[in-house]
Amino acid sequence: MLKYILKRFVYIFIALFLIITITFFLMRLAPGSPFASEKSFPPEIEAQLNAEYGLDNPWYIQYKDYLISTAQLDFGESMKYKGRSTNDMIAESFPISLTLGVEAMILAVGLGVLFGSVAALYHNRGVDYVVTTIAVLGISVPSFILAGLLQYFLGLKLQLFPISGWNGFIYSILPATAIAVTHMGFIAKLVRSSMLEQNNSEYVKMARSKGLSKWGVLFKHSLRNALLPVVTYLAPLFAGVITGSFIVEQIFAIPGLGKYFVTSITNRDYTVIMGTTVFYSIILLLAVLIVDILYGFIDPRIKLRGGKKA
Amino acid sequence: MSENLLEVKNLKINFKTYAGIVQAVRGVNFEVKQGETLCIVGESGSGKSVTSNALMKLIPQPPGIYEEGQILFDGRDLVPMTEKEMTKIRGNEIAMIFQDPMTALNPTMRIGKQIMEVILKHNKNVSKADAKKRAIELIDQVGIPFPEQRFKQYPHEFSGGMRQRIVIAIALAAEPKLLIADEPTTALDVTIQAQIIELMKEIQRTSNTAIIFITHDLGVVANIADRVAVMYAGQIVEYGTANEIFYNPKHPYTWGLLGSMPDLDNDADQLLRTIPGSPPDLIHPPKGDAFAARNEYAMQIDYEQDPPMFEVSATHFAKTWLLHPDAPNVPVPEAVRKRIEGYIQKNKEAGIDLGKVGE
Repeated sequence: MLKYILKRFVYIFIALFLIITITFFLMRLAPGSPFASEKSFPPEIEAQLNAEYGLDNPWYIQYKDYLISTAQLDFGESMKYKGRSTNDMIAESFPISLTLGVEAMILAVGLGVLFGSVAALYHNRGVDYVVTTIAVLGISVPSFILAGLLQYFLGLKLQLFPISGWNGFIYSILPATAIAVTHMGFIAKLVRSSMLEQNNSEYVKMARSKGLSKWGVLFKHSLRNALLPVVTYLAPLFAGVITGSFIVEQIFAIPGLGKYFVTSITNRDYTVIMGTTVFYSIILLLAVLIVDILYGFIDPRIKLRGGKKA
Repeated sequence: MSENLLEVKNLKINFKTYAGIVQAVRGVNFEVKQGETLCIVGESGSGKSVTSNALMKLIPQPPGIYEEGQILFDGRDLVPMTEKEMTKIRGNEIAMIFQDPMTALNPTMRIGKQIMEVILKHNKNVSKADAKKRAIELIDQVGIPFPEQRFKQYPHEFSGGMRQRIVIAIALAAEPKLLIADEPTTALDVTIQAQIIELMKEIQRTSNTAIIFITHDLGVVANIADRVAVMYAGQIVEYGTANEIFYNPKHPYTWGLLGSMPDLDNDADQLLRTIPGSPPDLIHPPKGDAFAARNEYAMQIDYEQDPPMFEVSATHFAKTWLLHPDAPNVPVPEAVRKRIEGYIQKNKEAGIDLGKVGE
């Protein structure tokens, strides 16, 4: 087990190295620069700026500098916002996105699994059709439309929740819902089909023939087996959700991490692009690792081994 | 003892499909007494498994429909019972053994827990420690060595035969009055089959459990059956004691089944015989006798009217017009007759008294 995890960490480092390298070259290939704005600088000032940030060096020197600073997890100062370091930007906004993301995940997974299970339990009956319709609606309605509707009805008309801002738990409910609904729909569909597959298997019939009730069979037998494919889907979803959503954070005026992923690229803010990319990659790779370890706990047939395949 | 534990009366099961309504079971009658073994035989798609699942009400509704009939178990009709009432009967009074032991156990639950579950479910006064003790006893009873270590293992750590033993242990856990075994040996190799059948006979001797044994293996039937029901196209076409079915078969379909069994003693050098044709479409069951199209002795009336059950003896019934007083006398086909004589001869040599059989 320990050997397996160590081995996986080596893979994670290799993956990170590749991600950093590819990102670096893609950034350079993209036209434009952090200092290109409406008002053009005199050439002397631009040269000075380039020198200041080391952008006048040949590409291999820049690449080396990037690798070294990234290895130290110091992404440097933003090229667009003077005096703000990339690390500070992430440190300030990530906790907000994380809170929102975890809330959304709890909603999405909780309701998704519940809806999916209920739909499978009442397969081809009224409840199933209602739940499936809700799930499909959830998947198809874009989060910005849902966000607007939530703001209008629950915020403005019913005055139940604040419309926007970030000032405590009550502020997080609407945006978390807006993020969660799409994922909830996906999870519900996934759980439903996975449960139906399990329900056709002999061991579920066996469990029923033992005299267990519908819900007994569900909780004790089929759910655990049905969740395996769902857990696979959760890793990338989790990484994506906790690092923030550009659209939802914009609509609810939440100072989260999501916007930096988009603005850093349009600004050609090289340091921030690298910072957010590496940060996201680390979270994603760790989430995948955690899921792989979880498999072993969910399904005893899966054994994690390091070194040689046995 | 003569009281019927289970009585099935005119049971009809339909399935709704996109193509139409499939009449999987079309009016089945049989009964099982305490401690007796009833074998239901027939080819694939004859309704054997549907009948057995229907007894436990394990047919999903929809698409399954209990069209007609009664399932009287210990005097109570199971058909109108709710799901909640059934949970007290399933596993507790009627238990089931499934065809494929490789998939019948939950892959993510320890064996011990899967056995304990039944004990705890049906006996509220049992403590966890007692249930564990009983589960270990059961593992031992079905012939698995090191029951204590095995208790903690997962199904993938067992072989197919071992898993079927565990399934049997689960079925026995609550000491049911009736055990339904749905082709329990089909997925196993021959030596393991024999062991499992011995185990089931042993269980029956010690606990006086009634067994309904679904199979298409006539060798198995000869080995364990007290009574035999031959099913064809959702109906029982011949019903009688094992001796009556094997030594005095009356229905042409039973002749076909007996004739298509490989027999190394009596005619090893002959090709395997088959019954020509295939079973009818049960969405549109044929008019008259469902077997008529495959029956070389079919008469005009077979295509027009469904035959009733003719009584051969007090325990032996067959659903064929050949038994009508006006029907021509059709003898048992030569090959089948030779075989039956071979069996009787062999039994005589082994000193088994068959009592009065044959004509």
